[in-house]
Amino acid sequence: MLESTFNFVIANPLLLALIKILIIFAVLSGIVAYLVYMERKVLAFMQARLGPMRVGPWGLLQPVADGLKLLLKEDIIPAGADEWLFLMAPAISIFAAFTVFAAIPFAGNFYVTDINIGLLFILAVSSLGIYGIILGGWSSNSHYPLLGALRSSAQLVSYEVAGGMALVGVLLFSNSLSMVDIVNRQLSMGVWYVFLQPVAFLIYVIAAVAETNRNPFDLPEAESELTAGFHTEYSGFRFALYFMAEYTNMVVVSCIAVTLFLGGWLRPFASYSALDFLKFTPILAFLGAGGFVLWLGLKSSVALERHFFMVLAAGFVALAILVAYPPVLIAIQGIFWFGAKVLAFLYAFIWYRATFPRYRYDQLMNIGWRWMIPLALANVIVTAVGRYLWLSHHAATAVAWLGR
Amino acid sequence: MAEATFLDANELVINMGPQHPATHGVLRVKLKLDGERVLGTECIIGYLHRGVEKIAENRTYAQFTPYVDRMDYCAAVTNGMGYVEAVEKLLGVEIPPRAQYTRMILAELQRIASHLIWLGTHALDIGAMTPVFYTFREREEVLKIFEEYCGARLTTHAFRIGGLQYDLYDGFERDVVKFCDYFLPKIDEYEQLLTKNRIWINRTRNIGVLSGEDAIALGVTGPVLRGSGVKWDIRKAQPYEAYDKVEFDIPIGEHGDTYDRYIVRMAEMRQSVRIIRQCVERLGPGPIFGKVGKVIKPPVGEVYHSIEAPKGELGYYVVSDGTVNPYRVRVRPPSLINLQALDKMAHGHLIADIVAIIGTIDIVLGEVDR
Repeated sequence: MLESTFNFVIANPLLLALIKILIIFAVLSGIVAYLVYMERKVLAFMQARLGPMRVGPWGLLQPVADGLKLLLKEDIIPAGADEWLFLMAPAISIFAAFTVFAAIPFAGNFYVTDINIGLLFILAVSSLGIYGIILGGWSSNSHYPLLGALRSSAQLVSYEVAGGMALVGVLLFSNSLSMVDIVNRQLSMGVWYVFLQPVAFLIYVIAAVAETNRNPFDLPEAESELTAGFHTEYSGFRFALYFMAEYTNMVVVSCIAVTLFLGGWLRPFASYSALDFLKFTPILAFLGAGGFVLWLGLKSSVALERHFFMVLAAGFVALAILVAYPPVLIAIQGIFWFGAKVLAFLYAFIWYRATFPRYRYDQLMNIGWRWMIPLALANVIVTAVGRYLWLSHHAATAVAWLGR
Repeated sequence: MAEATFLDANELVINMGPQHPATHGVLRVKLKLDGERVLGTECIIGYLHRGVEKIAENRTYAQFTPYVDRMDYCAAVTNGMGYVEAVEKLLGVEIPPRAQYTRMILAELQRIASHLIWLGTHALDIGAMTPVFYTFREREEVLKIFEEYCGARLTTHAFRIGGLQYDLYDGFERDVVKFCDYFLPKIDEYEQLLTKNRIWINRTRNIGVLSGEDAIALGVTGPVLRGSGVKWDIRKAQPYEAYDKVEFDIPIGEHGDTYDRYIVRMAEMRQSVRIIRQCVERLGPGPIFGKVGKVIKPPVGEVYHSIEAPKGELGYYVVSDGTVNPYRVRVRPPSLINLQALDKMAHGHLIADIVAIIGTIDIVLGEVDR
C-alpha cells in the first residue's frame, strides 16, 4: 500500500511538486510567523527588556495569538478607495513573495523546481511585489499612503538596479542562472562567492535591506513620518498579508544572498574533506538548543512552564539522537546549513534595526544612484576584465602546452 | 477634460497630527507640501487646553502649586520650582540654604530626566529605536529618587511656598551620588550610538538651522537658543536659588542646527551632574522652611520670575490683590515660544526633517496649551 502510493507519487512529477509546495508553504508560513517573534525577542534583549512573555511560555504562542486577532478584525475598506485594487493589492504582495520560493534550492535535492533561468525568475517575480505596495497606497485614496507608495516605488526600483548589478558579478563566475548550478559551481571551485565578490556581496546586502523596506531604509513605512506608510488604511487580515509579505521578503533576500554568496546548502569548507567532522554540527546544535531550553526551564518559577521547557528540551535531545543516525545526518546536512545561514542573515536584519537611525528620502536616493549603482557597475567591469584575463591566460598556457 | 484632482495641484496640504506618532502629543501641524518638500507650516494648538491660568484665580496660592506640575509633565519639579519662587519673591521670603540646595539637586535631576525623554523620543523620530529604551531605564533611576523623596514620580509637587514640605530621607545623598556615578558612563553609551553615527549626522547636520539673531528675535530660549551660539542661561544671567555659588559651564553650539542642539543637550546633562555633585557636598543640616505664615496672603503687587527650565525660560507673572487667591497668574512656557521657530526652521526641508525639527525643539503639549 505504502509502496504503491510512493510509486504513484514518483510517477507523477506534478504531484511530487505539489507536495513539496505544500510542505514549503506550510513550513514557511510558520517560519515567517516565528520570525516576527524572533525579531521582537532579539530587539527586546538588545533594548534591555523582555519582549512578549505573556502568551505561552516565554511568549511562544504570541504569533498564533496575533494571527488570530488579525483574522477576527473587521476588514475596513475606506469610503473613497478603489475597491478592487484595494482588495487585490495585499494579495499581489504576498503572492509574489511566496512564489519566489519555487526556484530556491533549500538543499541539493530539495527544491520545487530547478529552472535554468532560476535567478532571473526570482528577480522578475520578486519585483512584481512592488505592485502590491504601489496599488495599495494608490487605491487607499489618502495622503499618507500615497506618499508612502511613491517613496517605496522610487526606492525599490533604484535599489533593484544596484542589487541586480551586484548579482552580475556572481554570474560571471557561475556561468549559469540556475540556482542549483550556482551552488554546485561554488563547490567545484572550492570557494564561496562572497570571497571572490566581497564588494558585490556588500552592495547586495545593502540593496536587500532597502528592497525589503527594513531599517535604516524603512522610509515607505516610516511610522514617525508617514504614520504607517502605504498600509495606513489597511486593517485586519489584509494588513497581516502585507506584514507577512514583508517578512517573507526578508527570508527571500536572505535565501538569495545565501545561495549566491554563501554557498547555499554547502557546509563551510565543503571541498576540504579534512574538515569532514563539521558534519556533526547539527547534533551539537540540537543538543545546545536542548541545553538552553532546559536552562530556561530550570530558571522558571512557574511549574507548568518548567514542565513545558523540560519536554521541549527532551524533544531537542531526541532530535539530536535522531540526527546522530548516519543516514539522517547525511540527509539533513543541506537543509541544516542552509537554514543556519539564512537564520544568521535574518538576525543581522534585526540587528540593523536596533542600531541605525533612518535615512532621509533624498539621502537614500543619493546613496542608491551616486554610490551603489556606479560601484556595482565598476565591480562588474573589474570582474569581467579580471576573469577574461585570467581565463585567456590559462587558455594561452594550454594552447602553448598543446602546441609543444 | 478629466476632472481636476488634488494631484493636479502642485501644493499638497496635509495635516500632521493631532494624532500622529511624532508630534509628541496633540500638536497639529498643517503642512503645505510640494512633493515631499515643505513650503510652509502652520501650528494649530489648543487640543490640550485646560485653562490652568484661569484655575489659579479660584485657588489659594498653595492650592495652585500642584496644578503647575501638570503643564510640563516631563519636568514637574522645575515647573513647581518656578511657581513657588515667584510667590516667595512676592512675599519677600528668604529660604534656608538646605532647602535651596535640595531644590537645586531635584531640579537638576529633573533636567536630566527631561533631557532623557527628549533624547529618546528625538532619536525614535529619526528612526533609531534603541536609545529610547536606554534613556527610560536611566530616567527610571531619577524617578525612583523622586518617589523616595516625595512619594510621586511624575507630578511630584515636590516643593512648598517657603521651602520644602519634607526633609530629605536618610540616604538621599548616597542615592544621588550613586546615580551620578552610574549616569555619566551612560551618556557616553548614548553618544556611542548616535554622536558619530553617519546616518545620525546626515539627518541632523544643517537641518532646521536657526541663527542667533533669529533665535533672539523669536524669543527662543533654552537649549535651542544655546544651540544657535547664544550664551544665555538664566541660571548664570539672573541666578536664583544658589546657582551663583556653584560652578558650571554653559555649552553652546556653532551652527544652530539640529546636531548642535543635540550636542548642547548632551553636554548639559553632564553639567547637571556636575552641579548636583557640588550641591550634595554643600548640603548641610539646617531648617528647611523659611518664615511663611499658615495663610499665604502676599501684599498687593506683581512679580515676574523666570527660571531655566529644561526646555528654556519658564516665567511666572503673578499679580496679587492682597487676598488669598492670586488675581492673575500668567505663565511663559518655553515650549510655546520655542515652537514659534518651527516655521522658520522647517522652511525648504523635507517631511522627514519636520519630525526631526519638532523633536529638537523639545515641546511638551501640556505646556504649550496649558
